[in-house]
Amino acid sequence: MPKTFALAGNPNVGKTALFNALTGLSQTTGNYAGVTISRNHGTIHLGEVKIDLADLPGAYSLAARSPDEIIVADILLNQRKDESPVEGIIVVVDASNLERNLYFVSQLMELKKPFVVALNMMDIAERRGYEIDHEALGKALGAPVVPICAHTRLGIDELRKAILQLHDGDVKVSEAGCEFPENQAKAVSRLAEVLRGQEKRLGRVVPVPEANRILIDQGGYAELRITRQLGPEFQAELEACRAAALANGSTLAAQEAKARYGWVKEILALSLQRPATRKHSRSERIDNVLTHKLLGTLFFLAIMMVVFQSIYSWAGPVMDLVDGGIGAVGERVGGMLPEGGMLQSLVVDGMIAGVGSVLIFLPQILLLSLFISVLEDCGYMARAAFLMDKLLGWCGLSGQCFIPMLSSFACAIPGVMATRTISDRRDRFTTILVAPLMSCSARLPVYVIMISAFIPDNKVLGGLFSLPALALFLMYALGVAVAVPIAWVLKKTIFKGEKPPFILEMPSYKVPQPGVVARKVYREGKEFVVRAGTLIFAVTIVVWALAYFPRPAAVAEQYEAQRVEAEAAGLDAEALEARLTEINDLESGDYLRGSYLGQMGHVVEPVFRPLGWDWRIATATIASFPAREIIVATLGTLFNLGADEDEESEGLLATLQGATWPDGRPLFNIAVAISIMVFFALCAQCGATLITIKRETGQWRWPVLTFVYMTVLAYVGAFIAFHVATLAGLGA
Amino acid sequence: MRTLDQLKPKETGVVAHLMGAGNIQQRLLEMGVSDGAEIEVLRFAPLGDPMEIFVRGFHLTLRKSEAALVELESV
Repeated sequence: MPKTFALAGNPNVGKTALFNALTGLSQTTGNYAGVTISRNHGTIHLGEVKIDLADLPGAYSLAARSPDEIIVADILLNQRKDESPVEGIIVVVDASNLERNLYFVSQLMELKKPFVVALNMMDIAERRGYEIDHEALGKALGAPVVPICAHTRLGIDELRKAILQLHDGDVKVSEAGCEFPENQAKAVSRLAEVLRGQEKRLGRVVPVPEANRILIDQGGYAELRITRQLGPEFQAELEACRAAALANGSTLAAQEAKARYGWVKEILALSLQRPATRKHSRSERIDNVLTHKLLGTLFFLAIMMVVFQSIYSWAGPVMDLVDGGIGAVGERVGGMLPEGGMLQSLVVDGMIAGVGSVLIFLPQILLLSLFISVLEDCGYMARAAFLMDKLLGWCGLSGQCFIPMLSSFACAIPGVMATRTISDRRDRFTTILVAPLMSCSARLPVYVIMISAFIPDNKVLGGLFSLPALALFLMYALGVAVAVPIAWVLKKTIFKGEKPPFILEMPSYKVPQPGVVARKVYREGKEFVVRAGTLIFAVTIVVWALAYFPRPAAVAEQYEAQRVEAEAAGLDAEALEARLTEINDLESGDYLRGSYLGQMGHVVEPVFRPLGWDWRIATATIASFPAREIIVATLGTLFNLGADEDEESEGLLATLQGATWPDGRPLFNIAVAISIMVFFALCAQCGATLITIKRETGQWRWPVLTFVYMTVLAYVGAFIAFHVATLAGLGA
Repeated sequence: MRTLDQLKPKETGVVAHLMGAGNIQQRLLEMGVSDGAEIEVLRFAPLGDPMEIFVRGFHLTLRKSEAALVELESV
């Protein structure tokens, strides 16, 4: 078994670039058991020696509050039974930001594991005029310090040598470290002693550094985990230790910061020369524009436009390709199976079409994750949060929630996945729950059909806009208008709590690393495809079965007779072809009407009557719960057209315009069209999104809640829309 | 007592004391906003909040409500 080392460091210090440089292509990625934090391992090959390297999430401190930080603390303290123990640490430190980076190093030193320091970003430090004596720094830390530049691979060979020393046991556990007031040191040993006495109940020995975190981090993760197990007597003991530990600070956290930053200052006095006056860095000059009140806002809007436009329209041709490819595969495979049989329908209409309806989103997902990775990697994401924080604060969220929300306009799936960058759990979950309200691209076909069939092409607002364009805009605005109060309510109820702090590092801008970006995009795409191949696949098969069975023999006989008749009528080839197609369409319409799905539509018709719908609209809506864009094909079939309809087909528009109630009244009017659009705007008709929510939150209750609240909202919204529109005279 | 949120862009101050306790205070401390730290205010966001500061050699953004917990030494 190779030894396991951990790669640790603050966020934004180039840890991923170094991880790639050290491990190359030997990486495995997955998730830590039970959480959606990605677990990246790789192998370092040093001649004969192999080392397993764990790339830990970036952290500023071992005082754990977010899920990421909990993993870091647990792995480093060997508190996860399912992970092999860490025998050494490679600490990545930003040379241009030593003071704050060494704060974390001072915490790592207390773990009493051997470590080496990779002093990254030497190029930036030099540009800023910092002179770093890395040997003096190494002496003060009691560990090898290797200056490197991860993206140019400068110093990597020296670092590998130091890692080999670490592996061979030539790096001793450092004796150095910062000193705490005597009171505190005593209180920590006392607390550790108490916890040792509880070994049986806890089922493990609590290491001293963890006891230290329990003591200092009031209400932190370390404390909560222990008090949950040990109950109130322990809480009293803990408070007694805390009172005894306080020496020269207002709180223990302040006391800790004082000790650590004091120690860092001493070390830096020996090893770092800073220029007397601060040079304004390139990063600051960029920020003078990009976070400027006017220019920064304009730039932000421009970037968002580009992102949105690209997922919306650049992805289009690729999506058409995917769509065409899936259609071709369906045809090819269908041709190999018995014509008109159940197997053919299952494979072509069920499996291939079902998986296709999900894979079609892959281009959007790849494109968006490309944008997000680039924006994240170059450092702009923090600026976007800075610009948007106040705006989102009005509905109780923070600036970090903006990008996921915006992404959801293209597709909620990458949007929900993008919430991983939100550090606060409550903010993240709120964002996930409202993200599907944004009008995604799959809603567009519904809007286009309804608007082009029923909204008159008049000019409004002094001829500036056409009525259809305005209607389309209003459908998009509706999602946002509803999301704001919903988010606000969620933050006041389920996700109530102290407003999370918005204390965010603004990292220096840097050129994005193609390798880092490519890996991220690949990973997201792969996760998505795997999901499409599993649960979503199963769901579409179920809906297919409901729409296919029972298929009474009487229908088949009736249409078979018509076919025979048509062939006997002596029509020319073209007319015969048209007649046969017509018969086939009528037949599939009859089948669908008689299917379990069609029967369900009849049963639920009274439920949808108040929205102005008949059973056909109801059936099409129910069939499109796995994926809303299915409605186009289903409407086509139900209204006796072939299933190969798209939103621009003249035939479908004309048929819908001519559709009537049994008593001959027209079925559709503006009010019904608005009611359908509002329903589709607000309803959670996307199995893929719900499954993504399950994956990202780890619990079924969140997709269930999303589904329930959105469906209720959709029904109520459509009801109100229909009746208001009818009152306004649009119901005729 | 002056607090950090009252400074204007380009003004500087030295941290005297952090008010409050718990999560927010600890986050600020870890990010280097602790006693004795020199701080320069760089700018406020277009809508007036949050603000960006320069502290211990790096750039940090925080809300004014959080900056109001940071008491500065009197000049």
